[in-house]
Amino acid sequence: MAVSKRKRAEYIRYAQYGLLIVIALLVAFLADWGQIRAAFFNVDIAKAMFPSVITVALKNTILYTALGFAFGLALGLVLALMKLSSVAPYRWIATVYIEFFRGVPALLVFIGIYYGVPIAFQMQFPALTTVMLALGGVGAAYMAETIRAGIQAVPKGQVEAARSLGMSSSRAMITIVIPQAFRIILPPLTNELILLTKDSSLIYILGLFREQYELTKFGRETLSRSPSLTPILIAGLCYLIITLPLGYLSRWLERRGTTGSSRKKVSA
Amino acid sequence: MSDVCVEITGLKKAFGSLEVLKNIDLTVNRGDVVCIIGPSGSGKSTLLRCVNLLEEPNDGKIVVNGVELTDPDVDIDSARTKIGMVFQGFNLFSHLNVLANLTVAQRKVLKRSETESREIALHNLERVGLSEKAHSMPAQLSGGQQQRVAIARALSMNPEVMLFDEPTSALDPELVGDVLGVMRQLADEGMTMLVVTHEMQFAREVADKVIFMDGGYIVEEGPAAEVIGNPQEERTQLFLSRVLDPTHHGPGDPA
Repeated sequence: MAVSKRKRAEYIRYAQYGLLIVIALLVAFLADWGQIRAAFFNVDIAKAMFPSVITVALKNTILYTALGFAFGLALGLVLALMKLSSVAPYRWIATVYIEFFRGVPALLVFIGIYYGVPIAFQMQFPALTTVMLALGGVGAAYMAETIRAGIQAVPKGQVEAARSLGMSSSRAMITIVIPQAFRIILPPLTNELILLTKDSSLIYILGLFREQYELTKFGRETLSRSPSLTPILIAGLCYLIITLPLGYLSRWLERRGTTGSSRKKVSA
Repeated sequence: MSDVCVEITGLKKAFGSLEVLKNIDLTVNRGDVVCIIGPSGSGKSTLLRCVNLLEEPNDGKIVVNGVELTDPDVDIDSARTKIGMVFQGFNLFSHLNVLANLTVAQRKVLKRSETESREIALHNLERVGLSEKAHSMPAQLSGGQQQRVAIARALSMNPEVMLFDEPTSALDPELVGDVLGVMRQLADEGMTMLVVTHEMQFAREVADKVIFMDGGYIVEEGPAAEVIGNPQEERTQLFLSRVLDPTHHGPGDPA
């Protein structure tokens, strides 16, 4: 029994390829391709979705995500600063907020805000405000932890230098630490934006008008009026229009950060 | 104002149960250059960092430029604008270019105008010989250049005293000279300087007073020629012989 390690690894690899081919063939033979095409690739239904899938649904998905991200970033920054505060009650509040909203499904939060806030405060917010509060409120919990890690990653010497020049601790935080922290966390923050884009689909739970539909709601609504799953495929592709470039951006920022070639060369 | 710039009495500092400074008394006259030497762990950096309250003393009194820093009600931010600090690791603001490094505190803290702060910054860059680097980012500079920028940044606040915490220890040997040259020039111009250093040659030639610290105490102090040239205390003699003649000591010799 004199099979070398290299040979054995080779045989195992062949076996894996073989298994993959068998699975692929099984799926190909068992699936009903006619049905699949009818279900997902109905060109007429797809055509009928344009242009409103872009002008309404995609536009709204981007708008809702942007609003939620902006609000979430601001609230996340406040929470991160509270979490790093020397004042204990601030830390407790931030911890409770972050743990709660990270531990509860976003859908429940949306329902709570949509139905709960009007009852609690006896007032009805405009739909856009509700969307912003719901998406941003959940996003803030995740972003707060990212921002806190970024702030802590800024070398201590930066603060000492700033304080030595007479800056107060809050001035040093705003002028020196936070700008550097955001450079550090740009890649993970871009990932949060991707997650938020997909989470924006959960606001289907909110009662929205037709012109307020975002991609998922739009796809489902079209689906209910058509015999084909094509609308779901189209909606999915539209999400990729947003998320794929963001994914590339995130990885590019990450590479740029690790290779340290981030700073544009300035001729002296 | 009196001619005393820094006055420290009965200073004590401990990190937890580790006593780093045990009853330090020190006076620095205006215009003097005082070099603090000693083995690592002797407390010399901690002493320097107490002079602008980067470390909070546990006991004792520190008066700088007539302001008592150990007074609980002191406006420490305002006091620090008069105390320049240069770090071993440079600590330039990495997201700002050289010019912005020099102007940011002038504008945000001293509330100088953009034009004025820029003028002062460029003047100080010229003093350290780096006018042409005004628009470079810190990461594009050598260690020696970064340290000179850091000195220019501190000078731009028009401090009355400059603190140097091992300013050349992180530099490649061939870059040390540029930084020491700038410091020597500052000393010649009459700047009050408190320098923690391992550069015995610099201490011998530039310092008005040399302080040897060990184990949290000032063991010996006096004119450079005496402390370095003719040390009286055994610990000073041992330290200096190890530093000035490192190849003739085995690893097991007592320090």
